[in-house]
Amino acid sequence: MIPASFAYARPDSLDEAIAVLAEHGDDAKILAGGHSLLPLMKLRLATPSVLVDVGRLGDLSYVRDTGDELAIGGLTRHHDVEHDALVRQHVPILSAAAGEVGDPQVRHRGTLGGSLAHGDPASDLPAVVLALRGRVVVRGSGGERVIAADEFFEDFLETALTPDEIITEVRVPKTNGAGWAFEKFQRRAQDWAIVGVAAIGGDDPGVALVNMGSTPVRAEAVESALRGGASATDAAAVAGDGTEPPSDLNASPEFRRHLARVLVGRALATVAETTAGSTR
Amino acid sequence: MPAPSPNVTVSITVNGSPTDHEVEARTLLVHYLREVVGLTGTNIGCDSTSCGACTVLLDGESVKSCTVLAAQADGRSVTTIEGLADGDELHPMQLAFREHHGLQCGYCTPGMVMAAVGLATERGALSSDEVRLGLEGNLCRCTGYHNIVAAVVAGSAEMAGNR
Repeated sequence: MIPASFAYARPDSLDEAIAVLAEHGDDAKILAGGHSLLPLMKLRLATPSVLVDVGRLGDLSYVRDTGDELAIGGLTRHHDVEHDALVRQHVPILSAAAGEVGDPQVRHRGTLGGSLAHGDPASDLPAVVLALRGRVVVRGSGGERVIAADEFFEDFLETALTPDEIITEVRVPKTNGAGWAFEKFQRRAQDWAIVGVAAIGGDDPGVALVNMGSTPVRAEAVESALRGGASATDAAAVAGDGTEPPSDLNASPEFRRHLARVLVGRALATVAETTAGSTR
Repeated sequence: MPAPSPNVTVSITVNGSPTDHEVEARTLLVHYLREVVGLTGTNIGCDSTSCGACTVLLDGESVKSCTVLAAQADGRSVTTIEGLADGDELHPMQLAFREHHGLQCGYCTPGMVMAAVGLATERGALSSDEVRLGLEGNLCRCTGYHNIVAAVVAGSAEMAGNR
């Protein structure tokens, strides 16, 4: 399978990339690691006429400690997020989830920004950034915007990005020793999650679901129950509430809601066990 | 930056030798290696980033060459299965695959060996559990993996020099 023809551009700077995107609008797509886009192009499900390869803008690959948050460059690869000492120390759920994306070869290429920009409800990292209540920094011809993860995912493979915008940075709060869990239910290694759960404990628990709707979704019913003092078991029981999970060969919506309840239950149990200072 | 173009000139060091060619921008690295450079040791299996048969090393890291454009490898170094042996002397991982008979039909083997070399280069000597997890991106439909895992455990130990 070979992608349809396109014109290839390799800008030397972010500003140059934005200029090319602004010139070509919807006809252009950004190529980072290419591990979401190239498979779609090979299947001719995506046929951009211009491909803007930003993969060499090395100044967009970094992890910085900014105090209460970590700032992670949009082009930081999953492999680097997984192994970065700051991420492992301050946001361990993100390191762990990055290490579960695809397989080692995929993690050598795929990027955090690319994964979010693709907006696939079945991807692992969007749900983790949602659960963390992270923010996405984007740059375009109109300047810079900072978008809350909750406002970023709009519909199936659709995000708040305009055609001339690129994700430059992802900001996630440090979890400060809060318990966490990432649960991924799949039939085979390296498959996408049939359902996944990202959960972080602490005073304001965050829980988000993989593949339980047309976008990565926050488990609002679970969070609300936890805020109201519900037990983990009672909170997990409402994990499917308010969701509209997809139906495919792997699972019906009913089965997905069941999986969400089971996986949220497991995740919340792990959160309790791993919370620093836990009396268990 | 040159204007966007349907053709690109790429310079890729393949197994230590420079290669320069003008290709269509949509050329995948695996096709560049097989059809332009003429190195057919890298196999195309699923062609969809799943099976790992097309695994090569890009600047020393394992990648699936069916999901990388040749243009993305421009200016970089690629190592294929043909580049592992030193003359007639096989690479330790190749020797380990022979020693442990880590193959049956052999179709997945080039990708399996390259993924194993990449893994061992990153992490040193590997346990069998680490091999099974680390090779999750490479499928073998013949062996049931047992001998492949034994080969990679031995090959990684040999590479790490602590056998």
